[in-house]
Amino acid sequence: MAARAGEARTKVGTWIGFVLILVWCLLPVVWILSLSFKGPDETAAGSPQFLPKNWTIQNYKDILDNPDFLDALRNSFGIAAISTVLSVIFATLAAYAIARLEFKGKRLVLSLALAIAMFPVVSLVGPLFDMWRTFGLFNTWPGLIIPYMSFTLPLAIWTLSAFFREIPWEMEQAAQVDGATSWQAFRKVIVPLAAPGVFTAAILTFFFAWNEFVLAISLTSTTSSRTVPAQMSYFVGPDPFNPPYGQLATASVVVTVPIIIIVLLFQRKIVAGLTSGAVKG
Amino acid sequence: MSATARASTKSVVSDRARAENRLGQRLVLPAVIVMLVVTAWPMIQALYLSLFRYRLTTPDDRELVWFSNYVTVLTDSLFWRDTWNTVLIMVVTVAVELVIGFAFAMVMHRIVFARGAIRTSILIPYGIITVVSAFAWQFAFSLNNGFVNAWFSWLPWIESDTNWFGSHWPAMFAIMVSEIWKTTPFMALLLLAGLSQVSEDMIEAAKVDGATWWQRLWKVILPNMRAAIMVAVLFRALDAFRIFDNIFVMTRGAQDTESSSFLTYRQVIEQMQLGLGSALSVLLFLTVLLLAWLIVRLFKVDLAQARGEG
Repeated sequence: MAARAGEARTKVGTWIGFVLILVWCLLPVVWILSLSFKGPDETAAGSPQFLPKNWTIQNYKDILDNPDFLDALRNSFGIAAISTVLSVIFATLAAYAIARLEFKGKRLVLSLALAIAMFPVVSLVGPLFDMWRTFGLFNTWPGLIIPYMSFTLPLAIWTLSAFFREIPWEMEQAAQVDGATSWQAFRKVIVPLAAPGVFTAAILTFFFAWNEFVLAISLTSTTSSRTVPAQMSYFVGPDPFNPPYGQLATASVVVTVPIIIIVLLFQRKIVAGLTSGAVKG
Repeated sequence: MSATARASTKSVVSDRARAENRLGQRLVLPAVIVMLVVTAWPMIQALYLSLFRYRLTTPDDRELVWFSNYVTVLTDSLFWRDTWNTVLIMVVTVAVELVIGFAFAMVMHRIVFARGAIRTSILIPYGIITVVSAFAWQFAFSLNNGFVNAWFSWLPWIESDTNWFGSHWPAMFAIMVSEIWKTTPFMALLLLAGLSQVSEDMIEAAKVDGATWWQRLWKVILPNMRAAIMVAVLFRALDAFRIFDNIFVMTRGAQDTESSSFLTYRQVIEQMQLGLGSALSVLLFLTVLLLAWLIVRLFKVDLAQARGEG
C-alpha cells in the first residue's frame, strides 16, 4: 500500500519533471520564434506580450534579401563543414592509434588534448591576430578553419577513442591473419565499423564551429569571412537603444533550424558522443 | 636450437612493437601538430609580446619593458573587478547548473516514456548558438519588448518598468540566466551518464535497510558518481570562466559586467594594445591552469582514469 503510494508519487514527480524540462528547454526557442513574426512597427512601439498581435512574415522576406546575412550564412556553412571534415579525419587517425596501438607518448597526447579543451580561447586572440596578419590569413576562411580544427580535435579524439575501444578488434586480427597489413585492416575492416562514432564526432565538431564567436569577431573584418554569430553582433539598426528585434530574432531562427534538424535526426548519437568517455565504462 | 628460436621470436616481437610504435606516432602526429600550431606557438608568442610595450597603432614605439605590463595589469582595479565578476559568474552558474542538471538527470534516468522527446528538447539549448541564446534572453528581459517583466510582476522586486540592463546586479542576473539556460543540458547529460553507472542493487539494498530518500542520495548515489560530477564541474567551470559571448551581446561590458575574457579582447582588438593584452592572456591562461589543478585536487580523482583511460 505504502509502496504503491510511493510509486504513484514518483510517477507524478517524473511527469512534473518532464513538463518542467520541456518548458525550460523550449520556452526561449518559442519566444524567439514568436518574436520573429512580430513586425517592425510592433517592436518599435514596444510589445511586451509573448505572442505577436499581428503575425507577419516580413522579417523573413527582409532577412533573405539581406546580402550580408546570406554571405555570413555561406561563410558559416563553409567554414563549419570544412573544419568538421578535416578535424574528424585527423582525429580518426589519432584516436585509432590511441585506442589500438601501444606507442610512446600516448598519455602526453591525451593530456595535451585535455589541456587544449580547457584553453581560454580569448588568450590566443592577440597573438593569432598578429600572426594571421603576417601570414595573410587574417579575414580568410583558413584563418578560422585552422583554429577551429585545433579546438575541436580534443573533443573529437576523446569521443572517437571511446567509441573505438568498443569495436570488436578480433575482426581486425582475422583480417590480418588472412594476409591484410595493419593499414588494410584499418581501412577495410575498422573504418566501416567506426563510422557511427566518426559521425557523432562530426556532429559535435560542427556544433562547435557553428557556435564559435570569439575568434569569429576577432579574426575577421568583412563579410567575406564573417560567420553568422559575428555578423549578428553587427546587426544594429538606426537606433542604438532599440535594436532590430524582429531581424535579430529571425536570423536566430534561421541559424537554429540546422541545429534542430540535426538534433531531431541524431539525438541518440549526440548523447552517446557527449557522455562517452565522460565516465568509466 | 631452442635458444635460436627464442632469439628470433624476440626480435620479431620487438620489430612488431617498434613498427607499432612508429605507426602510432605517425597517426597522432598530424593532430598534435594542428593542436600545437594554434595553441602552444601563439602562447609562446604571447609570453614574448607581453614583455614589450607594443601597440599596433604605433608599431615603431615597440620597446622591451620586461614585467612592467604585468605590474600595470595587476595594480589596475579594473583587472581585479573583472576577475571578480568572472569568478562570481563561474561559481554561481556552475552551482545552479549542478543542482538543476542533477534534477534533470534524475528525471531523465527515471522516465520510461517519451525518452526521445526529452533528449531532443534538452539538446536544443546545448546545440543553439550562444549568441542566439544571448539575444533571446536579452529580448526576454527587454524593457519594451520583453515578457519577463509582464509575467513576473507579481514578485515584489519586479515592476512592469524594471530596467534589467540599467544597473549592475540585474544585468549580471540576466547574463547568468542565459549562461545557465544554454549550458545546463551539457551538465545534465554528463551527470546522467554518471547516474546510470550507480548500481541499482546498491540503492535497493539501502532502501531495504531503511535509508530515506535523502540518505540514499547523499550516502549512496552521490559518492558513487564522484568521477562524473568532477568531470562535469571541471569542464563547465573552465568553460564558464571563459564567458564572453553572452556579455558581448547583452551588455558589451556596460554596468560593470565585464569578464576577464572581455577585458582581454577589448585590450587586444579594440585598443590594439598587443603588449598589455598579451600580459592579460598569459595571466588568464595561468588562472585556468590553477583552477583546473584546484578542481582535480578537490575531487581527488585521477582525471585520465575518470575519462576511462587506464
